[in-house]
Amino acid sequence: MAKIICKNCKKETDSEKFSANLNVCPGCNFHDYLSSRERIDLTADSGSFIELFSDINSYDFLDFIDLKPYSERISEARNSGLSEAIITGTAQIGGYDTALGVMDFNFLGGSMGSVVGEKIKRIADVSLEKNIPLLIFSASGGARMQEGIISLMQMAKTVSSINRIHEAKIPYFCIITNPTTGGVSASFVTIADIILSEPDALFCFAGPRVVEQTIKKRVPSDFGLAPRNLKNGQIDMIVERKDIRETLISLLYLFTTN
Amino acid sequence: MEIEKLKNLPKSFLKEAMGFLFKIEKLRKIKNISGISFNEAEKKLTEKIDNYRRVEREALRTWKIVELSRNENRPQTSDYIKSIFKNFIAVSGDRLSHEDSSIIAGFGKLKGKTVAVIGHNKGKDLKQKIDFNFGSSMPQGYRKAVRVMDIAEKFGFPLITFIDTPGAYPALEAEDQGQAGAISNCILRMFELNVPVITVLIGEGGSGGALALAVGNYILMLENSTYSVISPEGCASILWRDSSVAKLAARALKLTSRDLFKLGVVDKIIYEPLGGAQNNPERMVKIVKGYVISILMRYLRSHNTDFRKNRAEKYESIGFFIDR
Repeated sequence: MAKIICKNCKKETDSEKFSANLNVCPGCNFHDYLSSRERIDLTADSGSFIELFSDINSYDFLDFIDLKPYSERISEARNSGLSEAIITGTAQIGGYDTALGVMDFNFLGGSMGSVVGEKIKRIADVSLEKNIPLLIFSASGGARMQEGIISLMQMAKTVSSINRIHEAKIPYFCIITNPTTGGVSASFVTIADIILSEPDALFCFAGPRVVEQTIKKRVPSDFGLAPRNLKNGQIDMIVERKDIRETLISLLYLFTTN
Repeated sequence: MEIEKLKNLPKSFLKEAMGFLFKIEKLRKIKNISGISFNEAEKKLTEKIDNYRRVEREALRTWKIVELSRNENRPQTSDYIKSIFKNFIAVSGDRLSHEDSSIIAGFGKLKGKTVAVIGHNKGKDLKQKIDFNFGSSMPQGYRKAVRVMDIAEKFGFPLITFIDTPGAYPALEAEDQGQAGAISNCILRMFELNVPVITVLIGEGGSGGALALAVGNYILMLENSTYSVISPEGCASILWRDSSVAKLAARALKLTSRDLFKLGVVDKIIYEPLGGAQNNPERMVKIVKGYVISILMRYLRSHNTDFRKNRAEKYESIGFFIDR
């Protein structure tokens, strides 16, 4: 039987047992990567998710070539079965209608380019039109450098879209998953009404390596991790993967019935 | 002959070009045996090398602008404030815990109208640079900016921002005090303002730390300033895994005023005195003053403009994608 080695405690687990435990190590409770599709299945009421805006696609408008052309990176990423770094749609969670965005680190490091920005804008529009709460699961290394300044502008674009949600007094919750850094941290994530974080999620603006280069010192081992972020007042609560759905249902109950 | 041409190539292209040469050598051997010509392949290699040369030339040209944008003799926010606004009063502190002097914020008069002014300041000599933290802000700096935006909104003062920062300060204490949230809340506050906002990119526009103060209705950009999602050095070390190719990264990022105007991110390029703003700072400041006054006057006359909505529409329409 196939085995998975936990990235944290290095203990071996049967891969079936590991995935039955939601990709969480049964030994040390380390929360490993979970795909956006699996996350939707885990969060939404069975069969309730309706995907929207799946046919908005990235293209290489700057002719950006580093070690590989951006166009090649896009098609390689698509081979993984994902169409972009975020899936958007509507779903019911515990019977509550919601607009949902779920990012996926496996598509170009979850980086935010024009498509991620546009999909967040459109799912915010859906949330406004239907007057239903907006939930976003974040997972991103930051802005998509291959889209240059336009990726930086997506920070402003998504903040503006969320601002319209704020104005309409529609609840917006964000669930931070590993990792959430850079331009995504410093835009739509940190202006949520309530911020949840999975255990073991790295959440920061500048990553540990960049900080180490600047201050010429090692950063503490808990740098950017959920317990430190909770202590520093940057997140509302740490919620284990198995409890996220129930926590969201409680929040939806509090915020939508009054 | 090809070897001679290769000499002047940047290191990052050498490997690829050598591969081509190797192929041609192989083809030559085949020709000796089989009589197949390799002229096509040789032509292709020559074209490739010409293309590398062109990229190299463009990269060097872009790099000159990157260097100009960082030139410490360029006029800085403090110089613009001194010459443009009368009776300027700077304010301090985030009212929570700190004063971050990398951002200058306050109020002054322009054409008899009170305006709020916020800008990053890098400093010129070493003492100043340390005082201003090289224009790299802590969360407290962005929170001070938000405080001044609040006052501007309350009293109806138009807001003018000057952008000149290598980026938000990437330090442990900045992270612990919520750098990400400080930036996003600054951006958010700018979207909430009903007063007009004019932004001038005067030097280095480094990433989120620059954007935090740059959500304007009208974006002016000095000819030799830059605005980028990441520094060329940072981009090179992440994507090329080699910080020495920063010049290539600078070219690829499209961070110059001409690129950004073409992409629709800036509204107007302000041309600089010959050779760059550092050659004639007084003249540069005067030119900028003229533009800021003319746009401010236009905004003050247009009573029906919804500046808040205008900003939302402007930024929410930015993006390039295929929508089938």
